[in-house]
Amino acid sequence: MTVASQVKGTIASLKGARATLETFTIIEENQEAKDRYGRNLNRLDRVIGDMEKRLQVLEFEEPQYKGF
Amino acid sequence: MPEWLMILIRSVLLFGLTLVGARLLGKRQSGQLTFFDVVTGIAIGVIVALLSLNLMRNMLGGIIALVVWAGFPIALHYLSMKSKTVRDFVLGKETILINHGKVLDDKLMEVRLTPEDLLSQLRRKNVFSFADVEFAVMEPTGDISVLLNKEKQPITPKTLELDVGRESVPQTVILDGVMMDEALTAMGFNRGWLHTELEKVGVAPENVFIAQVDSTGQLYLDLFDDAIILPKPKTKELLYATLKKSQADCELFALSTQQPRAKQMYSDSSQILNEVVQDLEPLLKR
Repeated sequence: MTVASQVKGTIASLKGARATLETFTIIEENQEAKDRYGRNLNRLDRVIGDMEKRLQVLEFEEPQYKGF
Repeated sequence: MPEWLMILIRSVLLFGLTLVGARLLGKRQSGQLTFFDVVTGIAIGVIVALLSLNLMRNMLGGIIALVVWAGFPIALHYLSMKSKTVRDFVLGKETILINHGKVLDDKLMEVRLTPEDLLSQLRRKNVFSFADVEFAVMEPTGDISVLLNKEKQPITPKTLELDVGRESVPQTVILDGVMMDEALTAMGFNRGWLHTELEKVGVAPENVFIAQVDSTGQLYLDLFDDAIILPKPKTKELLYATLKKSQADCELFALSTQQPRAKQMYSDSSQILNEVVQDLEPLLKR
């Protein structure tokens, strides 16, 4: 496994976690819990964004593995 | 009129009268009876019994006694609701038996409680050593209420300074195989959602005995067929595990990369994810 594909795997699971968290945010009735979910949703967005930027660099360095 | 007919008529009449009197006396629970309540109750009972068995020649006198014994408590209760002084006199005041861990023996004498009685009452409250008690008070009904020392009190999340998730009440969406539309709407769902969720676990709606939805939208089921074992929803636990795993991944990437900027980015990400995990732990795990 190349580094790029490992990073891709992590990004994918992070995106999955983000989606679950988003459903929780929508369903939750308690405002305090809702805020807490929302706050962490933003944190996850930041991490996912950073990782995707890094992934572009990796793909540029190892173009033969691009897309896997 | 024969004697037995007389007794029958009197008994039926008095039965009705006592019933009305008992209703008028109000709803104070029998567990909260003070000694005074018991005495009046017995007095009323004796008068009724004497009257109905025709042991008292003077019927009118008996009725008057009955009215007094039933009427006075009602009047006293009414007065005691209006005035604190009357209330303290009629219902009695609570007596502090143990204060700051010290048994107040003069108070014990006042309520005529032997030390053995006190210890046995404490044992009933699962307190086997009086040294564990910070404060104990005898209620007007004769019960003893106990406040334990801080270190002997049961652990709560607050004493552990533990942050716990705020959970709303789960809604019951299926009862006895029937879908509860009102509860579903209250959670912001509809029948279509419920059908999809049931399909996911492979259960027919009419086979569900009870279904509840918690505040994160997870469905908990109990089926008519007890032989079928359904797995419990694990979405929260899975989410928690995924977040932790991603955090560990980031740490690994940070260690393996040579590039300083990427290293910095990965360790920042790992730190943020760590914050996320810590922040969500009360909601996902507790």
